[in-house]
Amino acid sequence: MATEAPPRSRFARTAFGARNERTEKLAGAVFGLMSAAMVVPLVAIVVYLFWLAWPSLGWEFIVDVPRRGMTEGGIWPAFVGTLYLVGMSLAVSAPIGVLAAVYLNEYAKDNWFNRVVNLAVINLAGVPSIVHALFGLGAFVYAARFGYSIISASLTLAIMTLPVIIASTREALASVPMPFREACWNVGATRWQTIKAVVLPNSISGILTGIILQVSRAAGETAPIMFTGAVFFKAVSRGDLFPYALNEQCMALSMHLYTLSTQVPDVKESMQYATAVVLLGSVLLVNAAAIVLRVWLRSRKKW
Amino acid sequence: MSDAPLAIETKGLNLWYGSFQALIDVSIGIRDGIITSLIGPSGCGKTTLLRCFNRVNERYGNVKTTGEIRVLEENIYAPEVSLVELRKSVGMVFQRPNPLPISVYDNVVFGLRIHSPRKELSKPRLDEAVEKALTEVGLWNDLKDRLDTQATSLLLEQQQKLCLARLLPLKPDVILMDEPASALDVDGTRAIEELMFELRGRYTIVIVTHNMAQARRASDECIFMLLGEVIEHTRTEDLFLSPQNPKTAEYVEGRYA
Repeated sequence: MATEAPPRSRFARTAFGARNERTEKLAGAVFGLMSAAMVVPLVAIVVYLFWLAWPSLGWEFIVDVPRRGMTEGGIWPAFVGTLYLVGMSLAVSAPIGVLAAVYLNEYAKDNWFNRVVNLAVINLAGVPSIVHALFGLGAFVYAARFGYSIISASLTLAIMTLPVIIASTREALASVPMPFREACWNVGATRWQTIKAVVLPNSISGILTGIILQVSRAAGETAPIMFTGAVFFKAVSRGDLFPYALNEQCMALSMHLYTLSTQVPDVKESMQYATAVVLLGSVLLVNAAAIVLRVWLRSRKKW
Repeated sequence: MSDAPLAIETKGLNLWYGSFQALIDVSIGIRDGIITSLIGPSGCGKTTLLRCFNRVNERYGNVKTTGEIRVLEENIYAPEVSLVELRKSVGMVFQRPNPLPISVYDNVVFGLRIHSPRKELSKPRLDEAVEKALTEVGLWNDLKDRLDTQATSLLLEQQQKLCLARLLPLKPDVILMDEPASALDVDGTRAIEELMFELRGRYTIVIVTHNMAQARRASDECIFMLLGEVIEHTRTEDLFLSPQNPKTAEYVEGRYA
C-alpha cells in the first residue's frame, strides 16, 4: 500500500473540477473578447474617416454650396435636403406608427386580423430598401403623380421606417406594467382614458427613442431616395434654410456621397470623406440626443 | 339567508378562457353589507369569479361567459348597462398594491377626474374628496402634509390603503379584494383586516384569499371553490367548524392546497 496522502481539505478541487474552471476562464475570455471586438470597427471607422476628411472639414464645408462642378465648396444643399427628407418622412411615419402600435398593443384582441397585421409589420421590416425604392417609384412617383419629388422620397422613407417604429413603440407600451392598466380599468376608465392617463406618460421615453433611432436609418438610406426624389445637383444659395419646395427634387447627403465618390471626376478625396463624416456625425448626434432624452425622461418616472 | 338583500347574485355562471372552462355553473348569492371570502386552492377560479362581478374579465383577452350575474338586483349583462357605471359601483383592490405612478392626491381623485367634466371639479371639491377618502382608510393623518409625494414611494401597506381610498370618491357599493394582504407583512395584514371591519356595513366586501386563517378571522360568510365549482357557501364559522361537504372538510383541515 502506498504511503498515506496528506489530509486534503474537504473542499479541495478535483481534477474534473479544475478542468471545468479552466474551461470557464477560457469561455469568459472568449466572450469578453468578442464584445470588445464590437468597439474596434466603430473606432476604426470614425478615426479613419476623420483622418482622411480632415483637410476639408469645417463649418464652411457644411454651409457652403458645391462649386466648380462639385470639386470645391461644401455640401449645404445635400445637408438641408437630408433634413427635409428625414423630417418629412418621420412626420408621416411617427404618428401613423405610434397610433397603429397603440391599437395593436392596447385594443386589438388576439384574432386573425391582428395576426395578419403583425405578420405584415414583421415582413415589411424585412423588405430590402431597394424594393421599397421600386415600390415608391411606382406608387408615389407614377401612380400618385407626385413625380420625382421630396414628397415621393419622404413617403418611401416613411414606409420603410414605419414597421420599425411600430415594433419599438409596441415594445415601449408593453413595458408599462399591467397593474397600472388594471388600476384604471377598475375605476371605470375606458381604454383611451387609460392610455392617455397612464400608458403613454409611462412609455413616452421608449416611444421617442424608437422614433429618433429611425432618423439615422432614414438619413442613411440611398436607394429609396435615389429612385424617387434625390437629385445629382441642385443650385441653392449658400446657407439657405428653405431652398426646396416639396414637389421638387432635392440633394441628400447619402446620395451626394455616392455622387462624389463615383460620378464626379477629380474630386479631392477629402471631400468625399468629409461628406461621410458630416452624415455620420449628424446621425451620431441625433442618437446621442435620443439617449439623453431617454435618460432624462426615465429619471422622472419612479417605479 | 334568503330573506336578506343580495348584493351580488349569479345564476348558472360559466366562463371559458379559450377552450378552458374556468367557472362551472356557479350560482351564489352574496349578501349586502357583509364581508364574504372566496377560498380554495390556486387555480380554482376565485379570482376569475371576482373579476366577473365588474366585468373586468372582458379586458383580459379571450373570455366567454354564459349565465346571469346580478349586482344590486340589476342584470349586469343587460344591454343598457354601462361598464363605466358598473365599475364605478364595483371597485377592485389587487394582490400587489398598484398605485399609479403619480402623486397621492392625484391617485385619490383619479376616478373623479376621469368620470366628471373638468368644470365640475373645483379644487375645494377635490380637496374634500381626498380628505374624506384618506380619512376613511386611515391615511389622512400620516399623509395630509405630503399629498404630493409619489404614491409608489409609500410603504406597501400605505399603498394598499391608498388603492382602496382611490375607489371611495366614486361612492362604490361593492369592493372586491383580490388577496389584498398577500404582499404585506403581519402588521400590514392586520391593518388591512382592521380596515375591512371598519368599512363593513357601508360597503359589501368580497375578498379572495389564500390564507384560511384570514378568511376565518375577517369574513362573515365563506365560499369554498374547487376546480371552477362552488362547493360550499355558508357562514364562516360553520364552514370551518362543521363543513357539510367532505371536500371542504379536507381543504380546511389542510389536506390539500
